[in-house]
Amino acid sequence: MVAPTTGDALQQRSPRYGEKAIRGFLLLCAVLSVLTTAAIVFSLIIPTIAFFREVSIVEFFTGTLWAPLFANASFGVWPIVVGSLMVMVISLGVAVPVGLLSAIYLSEYARPGVRRAIKPVLEVLAGIPTVAIGLFAFWFIRPLAETLLPFLPWQGPFSVGVAALGVGLLIIPIITSIADDAMRAVPADIRQGAYALGATKLKVATRVVVPAAISGIVAAIVLGGSRAIGETMVVFIAAGAGNPFLSFDPTKGVQTMTAFIAGTATGDIGTGTIDYYTIFAVGSLLFVFTLALNALSMHFVRRFREVYE
Amino acid sequence: MATDSRTTGGLAVATSGARAATEAALKSKSNRDRTLNTVFVALMMFAILFALVGLVALIVFMFAEGGGRLTWGLLTNPPSTIHPDQAGFRTALLGTLYVIGGVVLLIVPLGVGAAVYLEEFANSERWWNRLIELNIQNLAGVPSIVYGILGLAFIVRGPLSLGFVAAAGSLTLALLVLPTVILAAREAIRAVPSSIADGSLALGATQWQTIWKQILPAALPGILTGIILAVARAIGEAAPLLLVGAVTFVTFNPRFFSDGYSTLPVMIYQYSNRPQEEFRILAAAGVLVMLALVLLMNSLAVWLRDRFERSW
Repeated sequence: MVAPTTGDALQQRSPRYGEKAIRGFLLLCAVLSVLTTAAIVFSLIIPTIAFFREVSIVEFFTGTLWAPLFANASFGVWPIVVGSLMVMVISLGVAVPVGLLSAIYLSEYARPGVRRAIKPVLEVLAGIPTVAIGLFAFWFIRPLAETLLPFLPWQGPFSVGVAALGVGLLIIPIITSIADDAMRAVPADIRQGAYALGATKLKVATRVVVPAAISGIVAAIVLGGSRAIGETMVVFIAAGAGNPFLSFDPTKGVQTMTAFIAGTATGDIGTGTIDYYTIFAVGSLLFVFTLALNALSMHFVRRFREVYE
Repeated sequence: MATDSRTTGGLAVATSGARAATEAALKSKSNRDRTLNTVFVALMMFAILFALVGLVALIVFMFAEGGGRLTWGLLTNPPSTIHPDQAGFRTALLGTLYVIGGVVLLIVPLGVGAAVYLEEFANSERWWNRLIELNIQNLAGVPSIVYGILGLAFIVRGPLSLGFVAAAGSLTLALLVLPTVILAAREAIRAVPSSIADGSLALGATQWQTIWKQILPAALPGILTGIILAVARAIGEAAPLLLVGAVTFVTFNPRFFSDGYSTLPVMIYQYSNRPQEEFRILAAAGVLVMLALVLLMNSLAVWLRDRFERSW
């Protein structure tokens, strides 16, 4: 009879089924995200295939009249794609200068106390429900815009430019916060090197810090653009969901991909009809757009991580 | 002596000449730089103010429109299309409570579970773990209306076939905010120094005991902040719910697995869609209620993070 040594005692393995079960549950939680993606792709692709059995792909991608719910239906997707792109371009036109200047201020100029006060306010702005911003744009900004710019050809209550302004308000905090993070990740010795060479604060900020953080800044802009394209309630409320024609006029109501989906879904449509399938066809297109923009943004984020972390 | 004084005098002249030359060379430029600097600072101030003014204008405008309608009846009265002056948000608030209750029950275990797996168990060299990480980042960027399509095709109809009920809304919103919860929880868990886990393991605790009794409590403030922000976002989200049935005009109290339901933001949208002025006022008052709810939660999250954030 040999008493078990300490080594043996320590090496004794209990199977620990409980630990294994927990590990299995945790793995399941993580795998759920992959299942979600798979479910999104399947729920988009299958009805989209059914859609293209009835509508020609050529008409969908080359047509310039989007009137799928009309008696004499027409399925040219360009008007709503152009609507979405207009929202993206105009909202970025507002949010990029405002967001980047705010980020430079927060990262390079603001004293810690000021920074601590402004950051939470931006976070609050980021948390405002989109319905509230949509109604604000529709009820307040739209009449204000007509008063300030009476020479523009305003028509009806909807305007895609006003909607895009609302979306811009929505993405300013996103761009500011990511660009601020990117600029703060630039090491202090690069700044001090520039100061030692006699650069002014302005030059350090614009010619040293901004170029050094450029991939993070680009990622912020691309992500803002992706949010703008995917934004629904603001454009649904303020840009309307009816115009079937191709239009580049920001003062008019223009339909976007998201507003079409929302408008069609709130209407009375039966499963299995062509109206029902258009939701999925447009949804697939929207998904592809945002996926491409997100991949681009992630590519830039990886580049800026590689340099400084 | 004479030479000395001459030298000193010459030195003084040389020094002042050199100083004048240097200042002359630098001054015009530094004046220009100073102006540029001032212009740039003014631009930055304008940018910061732009965002702040937008926020303040929104709140002030909604108060001016709907402030007079802020009574308890607004919260407790059922909705009505005939008597807008007596209509309220009772059923929509209950609907929000049900839907968000479901969201919390789903995202807390699933979000924290996935984060713990990725931070503590997953070997990031393996392709499937990298796939999961990439996938979560991608899901965080999918537009909310696409989740609505998923909910319509997969949860309301299709495999789950729950129908247009509050549970379907819960599930849809939970999937929508899950990626943000996972990302926030991962960050909080990663911030806990490995020495704490090492100490616990060295004392003989199992891996799960270490996670449950050391890592999760230490990461709790960060995780809680992420969950509150996700819930605040879910409260204000309307677009995906339009596709999974929240547009039914319900005048009765909702139930979770049967009957129609609506939520606060969707009800606001529906009131705002009616032509009469009274409904517009009602919708603005609803926006104030929703803003109060969401801003309160956001402030709570920011406070929680600042109060309990520890640097190890």
